[in-house]
Amino acid sequence: MTESTERPGKIDLQGWVCPVPLRDTPSIVMGHGGGGAMSAELIEHLFLPAYGAAATADLGDSAVLSVGGSTLAFSTDSFVVKPMFFPGGSIGDLAVNGTVNDLAMSGATPLFLSTAYILQEGTDLEELVRIAQRVGAAALAAGVRLVTGDTKVVDHGSGDGVYINTAGIGVIAEGVNINAYRAQVGDAVLISGDVGVHGVAVMSCREGLEFGTAVESDTAPLHELVAAMIATGTDLHVLRDPTRGGVSASLNEIARASGVGIELVEQDIPVPETVRDACGMLGLDPLQVANEGKLVAIVPGEAADVVLQAMQAHPLGRSACRIGTCVPDHAGMVVARTGMGGTRVVDLPIGEQLPRIC
Amino acid sequence: MKYLDEFSNPDLARRLLDQIHAATTRSWAMMEVCGGQTHSIIRHGIDQLLPEGLEMIHGPGCPVCVTPLEIIDKALAIAALDNVIFCSFGDMLRVPGSSQDLFMIKSGGGDVRVVYSPLDALDIARQNPGKEVVFFGIGFETTAPANAMTVYQAKRLGIKNFSMLVSHVLVPPAIAAIMESPTCRVQGFLAAGHVCSVMGTAQYPPLAEKYRVPIVVTGFEPLDILEGIRRTVIQLEEGRHELENAYPRAVPAQGNVPAMAMLQDVFEVTDRTWRGIGMIPASGWKLSGRYAGLDAEQRFDVADIHTTESSICRSGEVLQGLIKPHECAAFGKECTPRKPLGATMVSAEGACAAYYAYRRLDLMEA
Amino acid sequence: MAEVDFGTVRKSVCLHFIPDVQVGEYVIVHVGFAIQRLDEESALETLADFRKLGILQDELGDEVTPASRQAGIDQETGL
Repeated sequence: MTESTERPGKIDLQGWVCPVPLRDTPSIVMGHGGGGAMSAELIEHLFLPAYGAAATADLGDSAVLSVGGSTLAFSTDSFVVKPMFFPGGSIGDLAVNGTVNDLAMSGATPLFLSTAYILQEGTDLEELVRIAQRVGAAALAAGVRLVTGDTKVVDHGSGDGVYINTAGIGVIAEGVNINAYRAQVGDAVLISGDVGVHGVAVMSCREGLEFGTAVESDTAPLHELVAAMIATGTDLHVLRDPTRGGVSASLNEIARASGVGIELVEQDIPVPETVRDACGMLGLDPLQVANEGKLVAIVPGEAADVVLQAMQAHPLGRSACRIGTCVPDHAGMVVARTGMGGTRVVDLPIGEQLPRIC
Repeated sequence: MKYLDEFSNPDLARRLLDQIHAATTRSWAMMEVCGGQTHSIIRHGIDQLLPEGLEMIHGPGCPVCVTPLEIIDKALAIAALDNVIFCSFGDMLRVPGSSQDLFMIKSGGGDVRVVYSPLDALDIARQNPGKEVVFFGIGFETTAPANAMTVYQAKRLGIKNFSMLVSHVLVPPAIAAIMESPTCRVQGFLAAGHVCSVMGTAQYPPLAEKYRVPIVVTGFEPLDILEGIRRTVIQLEEGRHELENAYPRAVPAQGNVPAMAMLQDVFEVTDRTWRGIGMIPASGWKLSGRYAGLDAEQRFDVADIHTTESSICRSGEVLQGLIKPHECAAFGKECTPRKPLGATMVSAEGACAAYYAYRRLDLMEA
Repeated sequence: MAEVDFGTVRKSVCLHFIPDVQVGEYVIVHVGFAIQRLDEESALETLADFRKLGILQDELGDEVTPASRQAGIDQETGL
């Protein structure tokens, strides 16, 4: 099975999160797309070193760039969700809202989106029309213009349905400085609503896992909610939309980047009964399940109430609440106090709990 | 949800704990057999709330953990074959084989699918007549009825492209093996509740008698576990060694008669090597002669498997209750859920995984 | 096969091993199969037993100690 082919680039696998330490032909596995530890390592240990001097070190959802006199946010995301239509949404909605939200998490007002399609030969044209209509509708609802795009077709054997990549540009107002490195001890950890909804909605129609539930994906553009939060005048430290890997992935990344510990109170985390039951049945942690219309916010402790009020006044933040605090202990780790008085570590999801979820 | 929340009531938990504290006058060590019970104990911090002298030894009740390495390697070999759709419970995907795991096979192009039920695998076989569909049938007696029914249906419906790779393990022989071990410290057992839901309680009085250990059939919610511990302690304090049923709402003494009838038909007893423990005679089930045609081990020529375990993994000692997960030098360092050296760190019911998720912080700060 | 309610989630489950199960009953489900019914009466009894534990101490509180001391009864041995 092993051949002595010449490898074009050298990769140092020492200390990688590798599920099979003894393997000798390294390749991409599903886990690399999970948004968890393996994805992070791929970026840190493969892409960034390979890019060399051309890359910046920023690992945020969107890049913040100074251009002329303005501060711009620039982000890209690819969407491979399966099935392409699910309760409450479609790949088209995710493609727009996903990138809009990445921009919004830097505090930007999203302006323009590009759309690039990779289509598998044999894709039903009617289905493609429906997807494109969803893209158009979502863009309109989010107030962004679709300004450029591309289409490629791959043969039957490659690819699987429709893949969409969107890239977006937004503008950040002066004085707004929101990024993953700014969480401080004493900050409050807030969430804009129920967790795990999108993941459960998609799972409920996944082959082999069908179950009946009323859950619909929460896909939504969050930039106006963010604008309302900024308008309170609070110096928001961090914003993150917990997509793949869920709340756990987002908070772990922030804890690590900012060098603080995060302590959550399990009973304060809003998990709808439907999500709890579905996760219970499938053995999943709701904190590791994808969300597509929610954000976590890390704000100065004394500003928590003011920000929550502003969030709750907005349709997408009605159930906003506080779920935890940034602490000096266990820096880089997220811990939750459980119902019976114990603590548990809220881990970065390892690989791919739910493939093709967004 | 009804019948779950009530059995987590903190006020009643407090009462049970008080009773346990009041009853305990000396040190005792008892073993909970089932991995689900281990997780419940660690997650809710029950072991930390027990009196000083009471020790919970975590048993080998995690079917993923004890599936023989040879069977894992066979599964990998079958899954890697062209034209095979290999179906499994999610837990098995990251279990390390000698040099790979199912995730690796999937990334190499193998068609590996996670299913919730063995019947889903049968559906996949029906939907893909041109492929060979194999289901990885592991588990204790709890999962066996599902696998038995699936094999029975496959045969009845004449589904030719389906087979099962069977590796069932049984609890009573495991209890015997543990008690026969010269290093055994176990003085009482919390028997696995749902195994008994299927098999009933008849197999346990002879074990209690022979090894002079109390055996209490126990459930999984915090109150159930505390009650199981309470009854075990009382028996130990009173010098009794009987079978008791502390989970009567889910365990009738006779078990599930229709399920046992099907198990009799589809399976037969076999010797089984438990990963990390060794060969325990008559401790497993394989497909009976009538169903040999659906046995994946016979259908696929996967002889010539040479197994290699990690030299530093101490899963076996953890499974036998000889060490606690954090007593292994590799725990949390070379061995984590992301890069597991053994199955006990991978499985949702593995003791190492439970300690890593729920105790890591305390252990770090200690 | 029948529909079983897992709280708010419904799934198709095989009921072959509990042939006389009725709508409204509770069952234990494992990998898509009902393996045993949950006996409601037994569940309620168990909960009642738990509630009875320690109730004597709760109700009498500290009155037990002075009362037994008065009667010259040794706390430890009860003699």
